[in-house]
Amino acid sequence: MTTVDDQSVGMDYLESFPRKFLRVYLPLGLIIVFLLFPFYWMAVTTFKPDAEMYDYEKYNPFLIAHPTLEHIKKLFFDTDYPLWMWNTVIVSVSSTFISLFASVCAAYAIERLRYKGSRYVGLAIFLGYLVPPSILFIPLAAIVFQLGLFDGNLALILTYPTFLIPFCTWLLMGYFRTIPYELEECALIDGATRLQILTKITLPLSLPGVISAGIFAFTLSWNEFIYALTFISSSENKTIPVGAITELVNGDVYHWGALMAAALTGSVPVVILYSFFVEYYVSAMTGAVKE
Amino acid sequence: MAVIAEPAAAEVKRSSLWSRAFESRHFLGAMFMVPAIAILILFLAYPLALGFWLGMTDTKIGGVGRYIGFQNFVSLSKDSVFWLSVFNTIFYTVFASIVKFAVGLYLALLLNERLPFKSMVRAIVLLPFVVPTVLSAIAFWWIYDSQFSIISWLLIKAGLLTHYIDFLGDPWNARWSVVLANIWRGVPFVAITLLAGLQTISPSLYEAANLDGATNLQRFRHITLPMLSPIIAVVMTFSVLMTFTDFQLIYTITRGGPINATHLMATLSFQRAITGGNLGEGAAISNAMIPFLVAAILLSFFGLQRSRWQQGGRD
Repeated sequence: MTTVDDQSVGMDYLESFPRKFLRVYLPLGLIIVFLLFPFYWMAVTTFKPDAEMYDYEKYNPFLIAHPTLEHIKKLFFDTDYPLWMWNTVIVSVSSTFISLFASVCAAYAIERLRYKGSRYVGLAIFLGYLVPPSILFIPLAAIVFQLGLFDGNLALILTYPTFLIPFCTWLLMGYFRTIPYELEECALIDGATRLQILTKITLPLSLPGVISAGIFAFTLSWNEFIYALTFISSSENKTIPVGAITELVNGDVYHWGALMAAALTGSVPVVILYSFFVEYYVSAMTGAVKE
Repeated sequence: MAVIAEPAAAEVKRSSLWSRAFESRHFLGAMFMVPAIAILILFLAYPLALGFWLGMTDTKIGGVGRYIGFQNFVSLSKDSVFWLSVFNTIFYTVFASIVKFAVGLYLALLLNERLPFKSMVRAIVLLPFVVPTVLSAIAFWWIYDSQFSIISWLLIKAGLLTHYIDFLGDPWNARWSVVLANIWRGVPFVAITLLAGLQTISPSLYEAANLDGATNLQRFRHITLPMLSPIIAVVMTFSVLMTFTDFQLIYTITRGGPINATHLMATLSFQRAITGGNLGEGAAISNAMIPFLVAAILLSFFGLQRSRWQQGGRD
């Protein structure tokens, strides 16, 4: 896994500032404004009273004249939002842990034990990553129903690993590959079992990989929508994305303030987590593609 | 070190059999695979097969279907809404992917420059990819509101427009609107992965080109692009795959409307199967996406093969 270094190209430092401003900073700035604007708009709408939100004549829509918490209050006290948040946390954390456990074992077996046929199993797991949820949700709904898991967290906890395990396994295989075989051989000669080698040598040495996989799995499950929309029917069992879309819209009346508040507060946990581990996240994303 | 319990005398023989089994890589390897394989077979491989089967039945929600062969596909082939969804899916994928690639590559090149606050800029750029798609799609839904769209307001203030744009009420406006939202969501992924690819290119190549008097454009054309092409192949396959099977953005922003103008195959399949209760027909629509996906996956394999070949056959 290569870390991102700050090699710059050629002799750019000879360039004058105005020229570089036009060539680099200006387009970069415009793209960043484009990428950040929806978040800004989300935040502005969340804290803006209804009177200002629907009156562009009297108020400048980009600013908030009288900030208010009424939308957030409405969201937290008049809807099932806290339950959705709780469900999302439970589902994301559980499916992340299940996926990490299964992926660590699988990646270790494929990469280190190299049992008969491990290459092909590794390839098959990679192929699983390419099967999109939008072709699986119909048969999965039938299975979930048959297993009696319909409308419960467990339906999501057990199905999310189908897209998390392939990714995590693949990522961890790459990390395990970087650990020298000699370390394991020495431990084997000293009489350590495979399990001890895994928990005492391989895992600690590949901790960055495990963290990357965990963060990625967590954000992916927090983001998941189509399974949660299909398998969950009662309001108190929904996750944030599904709850926001299905419960905050009454017929043709859109509660934009509450909707934006849900979008904002639903994004904050992943953004915080992401900002703590951004380097891991980036290396996971790029590493997975470069493998 | 863990303390290993003394086995009782009577169990010595059995436990030695066990311990011998646990020394076998093949046995142990199989054991380690159990959790992952169990989950993937039950919730991935089996549903995939079940999906094929369901597509050949007339199953309704809550009922048992019977086998009807290719009848679903025959009726879909006469269904103008289905063909519209195929058209929309291809339109959406082609335009969104091209722009995502162009903007993503440009952004990657910009981020590869010598910049202040480099890692912070990178972190900010990736935000749209991290934030749950549905939640950012809600923001786009509001941005595209027919009466309170901030885009319309800005254009009117700038004197470029006289009345509000009906972003989501007109078929072509709606199509371009969802394409734009998808581009917004996908550019960071393309940019960051291509940036990682750019940083594996040795600076000495550029220095050599400089000494030979190459222009910026020549350096890009003859060094950057060829060196980057394997990773471009992989990233774009992923990007096309994600765009082609997208569901969240459309479901949130338009639900396939107006008059089915933005229905993708995935959203139509959801509508027919879950909302409409015709699981069999919905599964048939999902299955119709598979040939496209297989094509994309094959492309990805060629891309990976090529990258391996360029790196000198390293495993």
